[in-house]
Amino acid sequence: MARMKFLCDAERCIECNACVTACKNENEVPWGVNRRRVVTLDDGVPGEKSISVACMHCSDAPCMAVCPVDCFYQTADGLVLHDKDLCIGCGYCFYACPFGAPQYPQKSAFGTRGKMDKCTFCAGGPEADGSEEEFHKYGRNRIAEGKLPLCAEMCSTKALLAGDGDVVADIFRKRVIQRGGRPQTWGWDKAYPE
Amino acid sequence: MNTVAKREHPLVLLALCWGLAAGLVMGLDGGFGPARAETAAAPAGQGTAAAPAGEAQDAVPHPGWTRDADGKWVNPRARTWREVREGYGGYTAVVGTAGDDKGVLIQNGGENWRQLRNGPVAAVAGWGLLGVVGILAAYFALRGSVRLDHGRSGLTVPRWSAVSRFIHWYTAVLFVVLALTGLSLLFGRHLLIPLLGKSAFAAYAGFAKAFHNYLGPFFGVGVLALALAWGRANLFAPREDVAWIKAGGGLVGKGHPSAGRFNFGEKTWFWVVVLVGGAVVASGLVLDFPQFGQTRQTMQWAHLVHVVLAMAMLAFALGHIYIGSIGSEGSLQGMVTGRVDVNWAKQHHDLWYDEISAEPPPPPATGRTPPGRPQRV
Repeated sequence: MARMKFLCDAERCIECNACVTACKNENEVPWGVNRRRVVTLDDGVPGEKSISVACMHCSDAPCMAVCPVDCFYQTADGLVLHDKDLCIGCGYCFYACPFGAPQYPQKSAFGTRGKMDKCTFCAGGPEADGSEEEFHKYGRNRIAEGKLPLCAEMCSTKALLAGDGDVVADIFRKRVIQRGGRPQTWGWDKAYPE
Repeated sequence: MNTVAKREHPLVLLALCWGLAAGLVMGLDGGFGPARAETAAAPAGQGTAAAPAGEAQDAVPHPGWTRDADGKWVNPRARTWREVREGYGGYTAVVGTAGDDKGVLIQNGGENWRQLRNGPVAAVAGWGLLGVVGILAAYFALRGSVRLDHGRSGLTVPRWSAVSRFIHWYTAVLFVVLALTGLSLLFGRHLLIPLLGKSAFAAYAGFAKAFHNYLGPFFGVGVLALALAWGRANLFAPREDVAWIKAGGGLVGKGHPSAGRFNFGEKTWFWVVVLVGGAVVASGLVLDFPQFGQTRQTMQWAHLVHVVLAMAMLAFALGHIYIGSIGSEGSLQGMVTGRVDVNWAKQHHDLWYDEISAEPPPPPATGRTPPGRPQRV
């Protein structure tokens, strides 16, 4: 089985935010929720770097560890998914996540959190693959269709890579050899420490 | 947990490749290669060995490198990524629900929060509370209920006004609901999911979260009311309180220490409710209303303060509930009916009883027993 990973190449990301838009459109995520965001470091200063970040689908996922209703599960591909029928919107996964991935639609008054929403690696949820309910709750299940996450597939500079971690690492390694400089597998030491 | 080597496994691999690649492409890479060749050549001593050491140190080791505060050459890119790992924020155009620090790429506090909550906090709180229950059960088994030495006199005196009783039970009921729902969020995954299954527990936990979040602020109102109602009467009186402590509060040994309206134990519990309870409410409000831009770090700390202090308060509350119910004869009656038996008052709060029975009220004009005087029921 492949171990699915995201990798954002900071030397290529041009902060176009197309990954954010593509994700939002493909998955029809709730208003106010963005599963992916682009962060620019030293914005406006020579040497600025941009990184597109969403759920990294960590090996030892902190969200899974702290969820009081145990609504997370990890697929054979290493994807960290969750069951919205169980989620109570307590916010604990958001406290625990280093990447700020979990998002909550504001459901009612006083800032009450609705059921958590996050990047699924375009792999849907526990419902039947490609079903109406699955799409409604989690968005498109592209993985079941044999496709990769749309954010990475349509990245114009191919800065954002998604797929089998070994293949992704190989592509990135070749790039580093070609262009020189140091490799920066941003977030990998945090998300995939094994 | 993980060793550095383990952690950086993919990096190590790539770094090795980079090392090999750097050697290969040194002549091809316009910006990077020659600069490295220069600095690499200097220590090798190919004809430039005569250059003074100071001068060599002043030369820019790589293009783009800058001096840090200590005057050492640093790679600004390395600095950037180090700062990212340390939680340095950047700019993001995306509006999310992630609070004000959504520009932060890696927030490390969450892992500490996870380790503390799932580890020592849950362990100490869980076993600690069981320990308190065990101690109370053992005490009850050994000593039984503290009886009234001279039985009930049949005469009662007023102790708690209707307002006092209302504030007490209002706060008490909310406390029990908040404690049970809060404990469910901390221990339910391990204790209730095996019993109820995931779906049933999640349905219950959804209600538990809603009750906990919506009722919490109302508990705060109760704590505030308690502080205003009984604060002055609960100020510590050193002489009296020291004597009470020396006598073991009547729990240990035989004696019945003197006490005023509130004994030292009650005063301690009162200030735990007001101060610790107040802190629990304050930290709870930080978590309850996440729309004011609190950062994750703030919420992680607020949660830890909330759970640790709430558990400490719960331990005290168990003792209070025990003494106020089965632990001491005649106590519960006071908070239910508002009046206590004269013998209970003499035994547990003799100084207070002397006080209320010393000043005779004006003779009853209406024939009704004035408040404060013993009354037959």
